Amino acid sequence: MEHIRMPKVENVRLLDRLSSRKAVLGTLYLTATHVIFVENGSETRKETWVLHSQISSIEKQATTATGCPLLIRCKNFQVIQLVIPQERDCHDVYISLIRLARPVKYEELYCFSFNPKLDKEEREQGWKLVDLAEEYNRMGVPNNYWQICDVNRDYGVCDSYPTEVYVPKSATAHIIVGSSKFRSRRRFPALSYYCKGNNASICRSSQPLSGFSARCLEDEQMLQAIRKANPGSDFIYVVDTRPKLNAMANRAAGKGYENEDNYSNIKFQFIGIENIHVMRNSLQKMLEVCELKSPSMSDFLWGLENSGWLKHIKAIMDAGIFIAKAVAEEGVSVLVHCSDGWDRTAQVCSVASLLLDPYYRTMKGFMVLIEKDWVSFGHKFNHRYGNLDGDPKEISPVIDQFIECVWQLMEQFPCAFEFNERFLIHIQHHIYSCQFGNFLCNSQKERQELKIQERTYSLWAQLWKNRADYLNPLHRSDCSQTQGTLHPQIAPCNFLYKFWSGMYNRFEKGLHPRQSVTDYLMAVKEETQQLEEELEVLGERLANLQKSQLGDNKVKSKQQDRSKQLGLSTSNNSLANTPQEYGNDLKSFLSRSPSQGDEEDSALILTQDNLKSSDPDLSANSDQESGVEDLSCRSPSGGGCLPSEDSGKDSDEAVFLAG
Amino acid sequence: RFVGSLGTIVIKCKDLRIIQLDIPGMEECLNIASSIEVLSTLDSVTLMYPFFYRPMFELVEDGWRSFLPDKEFELLSSVTDEWRLSCINRDFSVCPSYPPVVIVPKCINDEELRKVALFRHGSRFPVLSYYHRKNGMIMMRSSQPLTGTNGRRCKEDEKLINATLWPGKRGYIIDTRSLNVAQQARAKGGGFEQEVHYPQWRRIHRGIERFNILQESLIKLVEACNDQSHNMDRWLSKLEASNWLTHVKEILTTACLAAQCIDREGASVLVHGTEGTDSTLQVTSLAQIILDPRCRTIRGFESLVVREWLQAGHPFQQRCAQSAYSNSKQKWEAPVFLLFLDCVWQILRQFPCSFEFNEQFLIMLFEHAYASQFGTFLGNNENERAKLKLPQKTMSLWSWVNGTEELSRFQNPIYEANSLVIWPAVAPQSLQLWAGVFLRWNRPSKYLDEAQEEMVKIINYNKELQAKVKVLRRHLAELEADERMRQN
Repeated sequence: MEHIRMPKVENVRLLDRLSSRKAVLGTLYLTATHVIFVENGSETRKETWVLHSQISSIEKQATTATGCPLLIRCKNFQVIQLVIPQERDCHDVYISLIRLARPVKYEELYCFSFNPKLDKEEREQGWKLVDLAEEYNRMGVPNNYWQICDVNRDYGVCDSYPTEVYVPKSATAHIIVGSSKFRSRRRFPALSYYCKGNNASICRSSQPLSGFSARCLEDEQMLQAIRKANPGSDFIYVVDTRPKLNAMANRAAGKGYENEDNYSNIKFQFIGIENIHVMRNSLQKMLEVCELKSPSMSDFLWGLENSGWLKHIKAIMDAGIFIAKAVAEEGVSVLVHCSDGWDRTAQVCSVASLLLDPYYRTMKGFMVLIEKDWVSFGHKFNHRYGNLDGDPKEISPVIDQFIECVWQLMEQFPCAFEFNERFLIHIQHHIYSCQFGNFLCNSQKERQELKIQERTYSLWAQLWKNRADYLNPLHRSDCSQTQGTLHPQIAPCNFLYKFWSGMYNRFEKGLHPRQSVTDYLMAVKEETQQLEEELEVLGERLANLQKSQLGDNKVKSKQQDRSKQLGLSTSNNSLANTPQEYGNDLKSFLSRSPSQGDEEDSALILTQDNLKSSDPDLSANSDQESGVEDLSCRSPSGGGCLPSEDSGKDSDEAVFLAG
Repeated sequence: RFVGSLGTIVIKCKDLRIIQLDIPGMEECLNIASSIEVLSTLDSVTLMYPFFYRPMFELVEDGWRSFLPDKEFELLSSVTDEWRLSCINRDFSVCPSYPPVVIVPKCINDEELRKVALFRHGSRFPVLSYYHRKNGMIMMRSSQPLTGTNGRRCKEDEKLINATLWPGKRGYIIDTRSLNVAQQARAKGGGFEQEVHYPQWRRIHRGIERFNILQESLIKLVEACNDQSHNMDRWLSKLEASNWLTHVKEILTTACLAAQCIDREGASVLVHGTEGTDSTLQVTSLAQIILDPRCRTIRGFESLVVREWLQAGHPFQQRCAQSAYSNSKQKWEAPVFLLFLDCVWQILRQFPCSFEFNEQFLIMLFEHAYASQFGTFLGNNENERAKLKLPQKTMSLWSWVNGTEELSRFQNPIYEANSLVIWPAVAPQSLQLWAGVFLRWNRPSKYLDEAQEEMVKIINYNKELQAKVKVLRRHLAELEADERMRQN
């Protein structure tokens, strides 16, 4: 609290990014955990909540006649534009936020104060939801070829690895330790995914310390052991996910890549995915495009191309497709590494797993996948997502890219995933929110030392509790997309990669489809379920009546009016019913139009409230809308809000978007 | 459409498909190629397929008679009496590209109309396009006024246009050309309405492109979609360079603007460009889709296409002759109608529950506009169609589409009638490439089809259960009533 110079500022204006004309007046509050903007007037008093940990940058712009503008960019791609009347207040807010957005101790993070009112037992249950030991058993290990090695029991060999790691049975402790000494940060080859059907596997590691000519017998034996663990195949692929040039440059620093001549039976392959710095800049450029005020089509497409973002997404996907193909079709095991083996390697292994195994395309399986390939293998969440104040050069949207790869696959395979877009968006949100302990720190070891599981809550339990909101209604367990390996098109398919406005323009509701097929179908399915239940009840009742010729005559009618049930399309119409700014031409004319009097622009773009009173059609509709209790609370398309996630406090976006 | 080489024939189709046939024997191959070439470039309309096509389906309703202007007017006259049907063009003598009957303000007589026709390009005098029941505002369309460089006026024209405004009200003239282009048009005898002479009207200029610019754009876009390279940068820059989505955005924005004037401003609108047969129709028809829920039904949309495109004299035969693969430059070729369908698809994508038809319906219309066994899209206007005796000699597309069997293919399973005005988003982020048309032959559709099937299954199962519940409820109620009677 000592960092808050200015807990409250009045008469602050919140600007609408799409239309500068729509600004609302309100009061700005700074709390220990959130920035809160409360609108003045209006019976609803809309609130906008932003977690400090979501703040990515704060910009104070030149003071104008109306006040001092403050631009807050968030890690979940929300951009908030405030105008504070007094320059001094603005400065105080600015200084406070700079400090609040960059905590220096883990204890300052929201998850240590966040309390969803669960008891201890529930919290522990929550952490047990995703169990990696169980997951490896599901894959089919340990078995004749793979076993848990205990060399890393006390993080003695590699402090960024988990304690329990699967390695080939023929790899002795001596080999593992020897190999680890020959790998960056001692990240020796370990099992990421095992394919029960044909014994092929995906292993991961960091780069070898080969320099120009160095060799390591144990490392060579280690790779040999991986090959032997797949008796059906006489070689393994070693996939270096870096561009060849980068890998070669590493040799000068005593690192590098495997020399095919030194290892027996490996096929070495580069798949060029750029490093974290390139990716950070690429995202930056793309976000600049997203922020453009009324860009032309050319501005947008040119900027998108120029950012290179989709090219990078495709590179990651291509690498994943290559590995999935090697494992599924050729039955060949693959060792994947990049430099340290915690960024690109994590992306590529998880994309490949997702393609290979339908389990990872279920809700539970996806949680397991992130836990396995990202959390347990030491992806540096704290550094990459800037949870604590640190080196800005360490920040990079690594997992964002993975999440986008999943979305791109969802677009191509609409029935393949059990979860929907909202699920992905909420996971992304919470990777940055620090509201749950899952993604804290840089490694398992650090998390254990901090006693994360005893002091914070698990996101997975929260998502699981609300799983009904995250279901993909089109998921079908019986079709080609849910069985076995997914085969995305590889050949010229650039056009399949699309800009994800649901993520990067997540908070610009006006840009999104106004009706959501997903939400509509979910409502239909819910109704179907109620119908099934009623059918059963009716059937029973009927049978009883016929049998005993006796029955009570109170039929509890469960079914609601259909139009109410499926009220989604209508509830969205309020949004649909506000035209955007299609041109400025109307404005000037209007002000001198006699019939319109001196009213300003508000007449042109009517607010919803005006609409309701002036338009009989609409008011009829809003009545209907209010009748739909169970559905209207569900977030409309795109998952802008976080439904029922600690509805008390973190109601941030939901409220912001409701208008 | 045709490229022949050694034993291989590549057929490039108007629906953007490319078929490669390997034919053994050089001579056979050449023969087949030249036959295809001749048959695909027939000179005479009357030799085309529609004149030989014999339908294999049962004729329920004659599509040629499904959408008659009288019926349309009947609907109109039930809500307003300020308009009348004029038969001034019965023998196409006043305006060759207009239908025989048009709707005009009641207070303007045929004599005055004749004078207005002389003042408008191609004699396309202002006629009613749409009446907004909610507030009584109207949309008219016409061609440009022939003001020329010396600012010619026409009293009757001014009277006609002003007659459509209620006392004290104002209107907007949406000129689909940029101010620059419109000013240049004066040198050729065309021009635009001077505000001095139409004081109650405010002009808005928008820059919708025409003819060869659109055609080139389509050719570039299709080229980009067929590009076999793996390079992502090239794809995006080619997509950008094609400018296709820029056109989509501009047309959609203009239509939204027209709709906004009518619905939000409570102002009437007159739309025109140069001839009033292309961009004008794009704008007036899209504005109706935004404003009028009826146009979002299958029948309503068909009626819209008939009214605002076929009867309004969009020269289909000139515009939709060769499609994207033509080698020869066709002066009049332009994907105006395809752009309109693309815009409709963009709205459909944003409001997936508000349309009775689905994407397949739009794709079907695209195909039939370019090549069809039906006579509907033959000819450039009603005049030509009458001369060709199309209603007598060919089958109407609507007869086939509205047959129950076909209709189910085009129905949107998740349609819920939406009585409101729908405002689409027009930001670049909100518009997408229409994959269903442009990537149709280059992408696997299996997974998307499965999704579609699943959607239909979910809806059908729901309906089935509802029906069952209904029956059981009634049954139960009857039994219970019996029971009660017996107890009493």
